[in-house]
Amino acid sequence: MPIDKFTTLESTYVPLPVENVDTDQIIPARFLKATSRDGFGENLFRDWRYNSDGKENADFVLNKSEYSGEILVGGKNFGSGSSREHAAWAIHDYGFKVVVSSFFADIFQNNALNNGVLPVIVSPKFLVNIFEAVEKNKEQKIVVDLEKQSISLNGESESFVINPYKKNCLLNGFDDIDFLLARKEKIEAFEANNK
Amino acid sequence: MEPKTLFDKVWDAHVVETIDGGPSVFYIDKHLIHEVTSPQAFSGLEARGMKVFRPENTIATPDHNIPTENQHLTIKDELSRKQVETLIANCEKNDITLYGLNHPYNGIVHVVGPELGHTQPGMTLVCGDSHTSTHGAFGAVAFGIGTSEVEMVFATQCILQPKPKKMLITIDGELQKGVTAKDLTLYVIAQLGTGGATGYFVEYAGSAVRALSMEARMTVCNMSIEMGARGGMIAPDQTTFDYVEGREFAPKGEDWTKALAKWKKLKTDDGAKFDKEYAYKASDIEPMLTYGTNPGMGIGISGCIPSEKDIDPTELPTFKKSLHYMGFGLGDKLIGKKVDYVFVGSCTNGRIEDLRMLASAVKGKKKADSVTAWIVPGSKQVEKQAIEEGLVEILEEAGFKMRQPGCSACLAMNDDKIPAGKYSVSTSNRNFEGRQGPGARTMLASPLTAAAAAITGVVSDPRELF
Repeated sequence: MPIDKFTTLESTYVPLPVENVDTDQIIPARFLKATSRDGFGENLFRDWRYNSDGKENADFVLNKSEYSGEILVGGKNFGSGSSREHAAWAIHDYGFKVVVSSFFADIFQNNALNNGVLPVIVSPKFLVNIFEAVEKNKEQKIVVDLEKQSISLNGESESFVINPYKKNCLLNGFDDIDFLLARKEKIEAFEANNK
Repeated sequence: MEPKTLFDKVWDAHVVETIDGGPSVFYIDKHLIHEVTSPQAFSGLEARGMKVFRPENTIATPDHNIPTENQHLTIKDELSRKQVETLIANCEKNDITLYGLNHPYNGIVHVVGPELGHTQPGMTLVCGDSHTSTHGAFGAVAFGIGTSEVEMVFATQCILQPKPKKMLITIDGELQKGVTAKDLTLYVIAQLGTGGATGYFVEYAGSAVRALSMEARMTVCNMSIEMGARGGMIAPDQTTFDYVEGREFAPKGEDWTKALAKWKKLKTDDGAKFDKEYAYKASDIEPMLTYGTNPGMGIGISGCIPSEKDIDPTELPTFKKSLHYMGFGLGDKLIGKKVDYVFVGSCTNGRIEDLRMLASAVKGKKKADSVTAWIVPGSKQVEKQAIEEGLVEILEEAGFKMRQPGCSACLAMNDDKIPAGKYSVSTSNRNFEGRQGPGARTMLASPLTAAAAAITGVVSDPRELF
């Protein structure tokens, strides 16, 4: 499945200053029963977003109308826990194109990249600046430039790291399977040598 | 030749091609699948007009979603049933071996692989499940993947992976009486934190690790993911070979001899370099218990929850949020806290040794009336063995409820949920908010600590009881 192309994005953002946001919070296990990739956005952060009576929890940031945008900013160690790709699907389905944190769990980071969601790693200090800036001004924007590997806020910039191969995939909307399928002969040769 | 780590040896032997500045094309020997993370991968494959490339290297078992009662009946929950039926249909279409519900080999994917001898030293194994790290106990490179990667393995038997960094964790000395592999792993995670090994593949070494049984090693490797590690592994030795020999899908005869010769070379060479090393003393480890909402929030059972002064001020809001969810206070002691549910099971502690440990602890005793105690074996084979060995009888006499195999209350995708606000001492691997059901409060512990909680109805030190 080709992924969305990503080049640059300028957007307001949604702050979630909580550390160790695990994938059970992003999409609780009881919503993993689907057999397609669609519709997971509805249950993104389900148990934080809704009270046990099913009503919206007014204190949760996704329910506050003053925050919006295609960028989600989380605390340190975002996406830990279960390998469920449904977490990346839920974030993508809800409409986020970028997740910013000072630290991502491995499998989540990979799952995000495989679904056209760009994980941007910033320094702890820059992360604090991002959280503070949006409290002063809800219209505050972040600019993410994948080509230059830079993230900017109020004229202040940081560069971020991304694997060059994955960068190329995102810039062009390529997915890994096409890449692997083009190497089938090499894979078969490897198998023959290791019999 | 440059000295290599165990991890290097297995990893390097499976690289088909290294992409300049990018990941490697990494070959997978064994692909384990279940009903939850595979359907979208199968449909992706079908959309490309393809079938599974190497179905003989793939095994399937439904586990996450299945009920643990009345497994002979149709699954009541419509969505769960559909997911399991989808797995059956996809396996049929693609000639994949399926250990379906009621099959004598059905069970949790990470229990089934080793007990049937599918898991072997030196292999690469993946599964759309983070606890695939379990299989590293055999000296295999095993890790969890996402559904897009499941589709990659279906299509090409490979994934694209950058090579992780290497970490060595050495634990020397002897574990105290009443301290188990689960305590060892909860201790290490409490030291390193939930992100402490992110980006690394861990090798566990040292005399305390060498002394562990195969099933105990699986418990340790299983939890590696909880400190962020891609996987954990232990060099194979006689304990490993004795465990694998004679299992249904293990090599036999001449193949066994050949395999054994290869497996004996699977160890870290003297002088091989790790990117990070940690060393701990086994004698420092107490029975462990978690008090918070991630597996890194663990303390020795006689200890106290950290106070405000012990917490990094930037992390204090998240820390307090977690304690608030658990209904605990800063500086609280855990001993004596009320327990409502006890769950023994999961891919961490649902093996026969765990049930033996539990049965020998509670033999002749009765669980507290206020506690609901569930035992969920990791597989049909574990269930069968527990019946044959008389463990079920002992446990039922003590008031425990034996259920049928599956992931069950570890992630509560089926009906086995801990009610909101209730406290559970659980032998599973995750205490995340709502993990065992919305609002459930989970304390992770060993089967012995779970037994102590069941008998007394409160958090109790197993060393004083058994």
